[in-house]
Amino acid sequence: MNGKHMDNVLEVKDLTMNFGGIKALDRVSLEIKKNQIVALIGPNGAGKTTLFNCLTGIYTPSGGDITVHPPQGKSRRLNGMKINQITALGLARTFQNIRLFGGMTVLENVMIGRHCRTRAGIGGAIFRPQGTRDEENDIVGRSYEILEYFGLNMYVNDLAKNLPYGAQRRLEIARALACEPQLLLLDEPAAGMNHQETRELEKLIVRLREEYDLSILLIEHDMKLVMNLAQNIFVLDYGEEIARGTPAEITSNPVVIKAYLGVENDAEIN
Amino acid sequence: MKFAEELKKSFFITLWLILLTFPFMAVQVNTIENAVIWRLRNIIFVGLAGFLLSFCWQLFLKRKSAAALIAPNRPSRLHRLMNEPRLYRPALIIVSLFALLFPFVFSHYQINIMITALIYVMLGLGLNIEVGLAGLLDLGYVAFYAVGAYSYALLNYHFGLGFWTALPVGAILAAFFGLLVGFPVLRLRGDYLAIVTLAFAEIIRLVLENWNSFSFGPSGISNIPRPGFFGLNLTPEQSAIYMYFLLIILCLLTVFVIHRLQNSRIGRAWVALREDELACQAMGIDKTKAKLAAFALGATWAGMAGVLFAAKTTFINPASFTFLESAMILSIVVLGGMGSIAGVIIAALALILLPEYLRVFADYRMLLFGAALIMMMVFRPQGILADMRKKYEFRPLDSGRKN
Repeated sequence: MNGKHMDNVLEVKDLTMNFGGIKALDRVSLEIKKNQIVALIGPNGAGKTTLFNCLTGIYTPSGGDITVHPPQGKSRRLNGMKINQITALGLARTFQNIRLFGGMTVLENVMIGRHCRTRAGIGGAIFRPQGTRDEENDIVGRSYEILEYFGLNMYVNDLAKNLPYGAQRRLEIARALACEPQLLLLDEPAAGMNHQETRELEKLIVRLREEYDLSILLIEHDMKLVMNLAQNIFVLDYGEEIARGTPAEITSNPVVIKAYLGVENDAEIN
Repeated sequence: MKFAEELKKSFFITLWLILLTFPFMAVQVNTIENAVIWRLRNIIFVGLAGFLLSFCWQLFLKRKSAAALIAPNRPSRLHRLMNEPRLYRPALIIVSLFALLFPFVFSHYQINIMITALIYVMLGLGLNIEVGLAGLLDLGYVAFYAVGAYSYALLNYHFGLGFWTALPVGAILAAFFGLLVGFPVLRLRGDYLAIVTLAFAEIIRLVLENWNSFSFGPSGISNIPRPGFFGLNLTPEQSAIYMYFLLIILCLLTVFVIHRLQNSRIGRAWVALREDELACQAMGIDKTKAKLAAFALGATWAGMAGVLFAAKTTFINPASFTFLESAMILSIVVLGGMGSIAGVIIAALALILLPEYLRVFADYRMLLFGAALIMMMVFRPQGILADMRKKYEFRPLDSGRKN
């Protein structure tokens, strides 16, 4: 795990985000190494989701640098890029409050994820040449594979809004995965899940990382999940990074305990 | 007990209705003889009708909510009919036979009405791309219709361009205007977008009305030639029949293209844009491209419809392109069911043909129209035939598509 620069998939340096006079993020830096699961924790309003929004282009950062290092090709600075361009560069995300396409079927939701990896345009849609038909079959096939992988294939033709809550959460991850990301950003994936569902999610995330060769950055309040999954943890408070390190280091860090974890190390905070 | 409650409720509604309608239903003032005529019998009618209607209303509402509780996502009867080949195939044959024989059976007048209705089918389907699929609420669709009509009229007047050259030119010009209005409104959504498009349509109409040297102002352009048929001179009757078949073919082409678009990569992107703009971008869809494509493609059909309209009426002026027209086309899309091709066709035919054939009720036309709209929104907010997403079939443990 040395050779500093080369095996980072994402580097954030001195990222600052101002909303008027409010500093939502103040010179935050972090690195995510290839195939690593990194967790971002902190109290509500610490700027975790703001950081996600900066990384995915929803906000344009006020300062600092965000750089991706794609496995092949040269590094790119993400500041000021459009949301869809960033997705095409290999960052895909889920949302804290589920944002599925409710009026579309489950399969179509995943098929949308294939959009940035396919090309057919208006002409292709109308005349449907062989190339477009092959591409379309490929989209359907791959999307179905992903749904099978997530155990959602019984819902293929159901509207996404009619799915049970846990399935909707999984579908969001499935949809993001269809974009073929190298870095998956999960915003509170276990929110609202019960104990059993959280355990399953944990297994799923581990499997995803291995089988899809992913790096994962996740925001989560379920400390047990974070400690079990993450190799590296960054703690934010009031827009500033107050600590970073392995789970063991974080749980024993007095600053983190004071700001977020509370008195007991293994307290589960929601 | 429940029943008594409902009766009580209906009773009060009736009382309220009588009170409301009392001044104009029961009292008639004869200003010449300075006398007041009391028409108390009318009150009884109002009371009876009101009671019956409000009772039925409650009954329907109850049935609707009960049905929603039992099976929230059951496809409607119409949908099940449409998915049953034994039922829809004969229906399709009957409809096509009717469409084929129509101009030879019915009068010139009726063919003309049908031509108008078919133009609205095209307009409805075009707007359906913008509103139904991409969720861009466009209240100024008539602007593109006007662009199409005026491009044929003016190009013909100045350069003698024929119908067949004007048709693609009108479509392309309208698409260009679609892009023109699309660019500034890229950031807008919902009501803001509606206001801007509304203003855009008004600008187009006012320009056409006031720029005399360009568009001949309110007096319009006349003597626009009807479409030619291999250089033959057609009588108005023959020309109407020709026009009718032309429109049938163009409508079929519209349906074909929109059906293909709907279930394509770009069509899915539009629906995703409608469902959630931010999530759609986060999934890698270029919002700008998708929106502009929707505007341009939607406008293309309006442009073609405009050329056809100019060729049909042989005279156009700005009065044909008022906001009411946009509202009419939008009602067709909403009534038919957003994003649903069959629904929009049914709604367009119903909204254009019914008023023509119900001339008896001409005085009450708008009243009935309003009542129908309210009823639809209460009992069937999804439209006559809601859009059903395409279903894919898979064999278990098989990743290829069977379909």
